[in-house]
Amino acid sequence: MANVKGSSVCRTAVDEGKPADWVPGGEKQTVVDPMEMFHKLPREKLFITGSEAARESMRRANIDIAIAYPITPQSESMQQAGYLYDEGYIKEYYRGEEEIGTFSAISGASRAGVRALTATSGPGLMRGMEAISSWPGARTPIIMLNMCRVINTPLAIQPDNIEMSFLLNTGILLLHAENQQDFYDYPLAAIMASEQVDVTLPAVVSVDGFFCTHARGPVEVTPEEFKLPPRDGWRSAVPAMDNENPPARISRDAPIQKSNFISYHMHASWQQEVFAAVERSAKYFDKYLGGLIEVVNPDAEDFIIASGCAVSQAREAVRQEGEQGRTVGLVKVKSIRPFPTEQIFEAVKGAKRILVPEFNQAGWLHKELCAVLYGRCKAVIKDGPRVFGGMTMPTEMIMEWLAEFRKEVK
Amino acid sequence: MSLETLRPSPAFASVLPIEYVDLVEHGPYTNRSGDGSKQTVKVTDMGKFKEVIEEHPMCAGCAMTLFIRLAYIGMPNPEHTIVVGTAGCGRLAISQASVPFIYGNYGDTNAVASGLKRGLEIRFPNQKKDVVVMAGDGGLIDIGFQGLMHSWFRKEKFTTIMLDNEVYGNTGGQESGMTNHGKVLKMAPRGKFGDKIDALGLAKVAGVDYIARLAPTNPARVARTVRRAIMVAREVGHSYIQAYTSCNIEYSIPTPDVMKDAFEIEKERYGFEEIVSPEAKAYLDEVEKKPKTKKTD
Ligand SMILES: Cc1ncc(C[n+]2csc(CCOP(=O)(O)OP(=O)(O)O)c2C)c(N)n1
Ligand code: SF4
Repeated sequence: MANVKGSSVCRTAVDEGKPADWVPGGEKQTVVDPMEMFHKLPREKLFITGSEAARESMRRANIDIAIAYPITPQSESMQQAGYLYDEGYIKEYYRGEEEIGTFSAISGASRAGVRALTATSGPGLMRGMEAISSWPGARTPIIMLNMCRVINTPLAIQPDNIEMSFLLNTGILLLHAENQQDFYDYPLAAIMASEQVDVTLPAVVSVDGFFCTHARGPVEVTPEEFKLPPRDGWRSAVPAMDNENPPARISRDAPIQKSNFISYHMHASWQQEVFAAVERSAKYFDKYLGGLIEVVNPDAEDFIIASGCAVSQAREAVRQEGEQGRTVGLVKVKSIRPFPTEQIFEAVKGAKRILVPEFNQAGWLHKELCAVLYGRCKAVIKDGPRVFGGMTMPTEMIMEWLAEFRKEVK
Repeated sequence: MSLETLRPSPAFASVLPIEYVDLVEHGPYTNRSGDGSKQTVKVTDMGKFKEVIEEHPMCAGCAMTLFIRLAYIGMPNPEHTIVVGTAGCGRLAISQASVPFIYGNYGDTNAVASGLKRGLEIRFPNQKKDVVVMAGDGGLIDIGFQGLMHSWFRKEKFTTIMLDNEVYGNTGGQESGMTNHGKVLKMAPRGKFGDKIDALGLAKVAGVDYIARLAPTNPARVARTVRRAIMVAREVGHSYIQAYTSCNIEYSIPTPDVMKDAFEIEKERYGFEEIVSPEAKAYLDEVEKKPKTKKTD
């Protein structure tokens, strides 16, 4: 009820124009068990943009504080977060000074033990990287929506998911949404996984900008009168920053300030634990998302492995291949961190050819797959097709690559 | 209150760590009203009671450590205080205190504190939590400048304390924005170009509700100023204290002369100054139970 009683700047909702009998939207909602929300509640089908899907997700996420800084193509979603604050679904909201400030502030909010949300795109992610990369070690559950766009010069606002590669080795949980529906479902799942005691980590849900954020698609949503359980600040892998502890020498973020073996060991073991926690989150995502991967045509010899928008393009290529009498398999990788190594290996162990289409120049998913399947899988793993800088990936392109691949690898 | 949340069973009284017992029975915890009006632990008794900070690895004679100890004594309610620090010498001592400490990235203090304070207000609507940033001049006026300014303009309800040693002490003596014009330090081989940044002036422009400048020459005044700043941040708006805390190493001040230097600099250019907004003044008058002064103009 912070926005009713008074925010940090001493203003109450009534001061800001709400009638005296105003009831915040969030207080009219009922808490449901996450599994109930994800798998049992009835759903209504809407035809909305990815940004609107994000709004509907946030509405049901029981968020305490959202801190925003605009950047295309993210801005629309965080503006929507502002409207949700105004409607009383989010308790506190403000525009930060820029991304380092925003992502530092969101870590402060998470340290206070409340559910905290922010979002960014490409250059914003890069600007805030020092702050972002310190979230996992600080064991701060945070949900960040990441609407991918070009980074590096020449500056552009176009979709391209190269920025996700910068998050791979941070210790952050990372999901990649394929479409508007995923961009509604994944943030809710990510919040619940990130706040488990044996996880206590930040989570990022990435989506390919514009293709998803600014285009409409079918999204099945649960009734808006239900919301997730609130964050319990005391259920945490590290003490909550609330002083509700006896006086003692308590440093929430242990500064390792000596150059001696104990400090090396402390940092190393802390990092090991962060990355172990990433692995421990898999069981929650498995439950919430119904698996970390989705497999189409499991018996195929030719497979496409993809994440994000590339999955949709691959689905259509698989369908057209089928029409022409060729069975092509598809593995959709929902979770990039934790990386579902064993599930992917099981899915493609009979494959002969694996194609990895991507919306970025670096081919980070291809490299990931090569690293984990090396020596375990007989298939040839081909990197491409790859488009970037805003290009689309026509299904014909994927089919041409498949045809070529069949010629190369008999 | 924290001491009520977790209360040791009387059966364990004899085996409780001495540190805990001393803090509760002979230290600043629970010893007061919580609003600073009954300060039973007195600065003049320093050395006779258990301080929330005692051991630290800072240089011998460093004025910053003296200031930090006094600041902790001044806190009106250490049980419900969180200190946000950053890279820099001060955090070597601050992190040793029996008050929770947040250590983020260099220069992020005022942004972290903004989110923290707002988060605490949501989580504890009925318990005021005091948030205090204590950071070096470089951490605030150089790398943290943007966060500092915006927290001031947003009137975030926490206190910023600048430990102004006029140098980057922790990285070995480079000039900072708070170094005086012409001073030769590392990375300023021909002398500092440009003037010491007028942070107090900036605070005034930003409308900070309580602004104070001091040197640690008068211990009781340090504690009182810190207490006043925290009380204003609790109820009114932002507060800022700028403290001269010399770096005897980088400024080559012989250890026995550290206080002499503090008195000299205070006299020369670092005199005690308090700038209090009318709202903050009215509030302080109320908590300090002073009769309201009548306006004469
Ligand atoms: C992003 C980043 N840049 C630079 C540093 C290096 N660094 C650590 S402490 C420090 C200077 C501290 O000076 P100041 O803030 O004035 O505090 P003092 O040590 O003088 O008390 C610097 C530059 C860092 N830790 N992180
Ligand atoms: S380097 Fe200077 S500021 Fe840092 S601890 Fe030593 S004397 Fe104090």
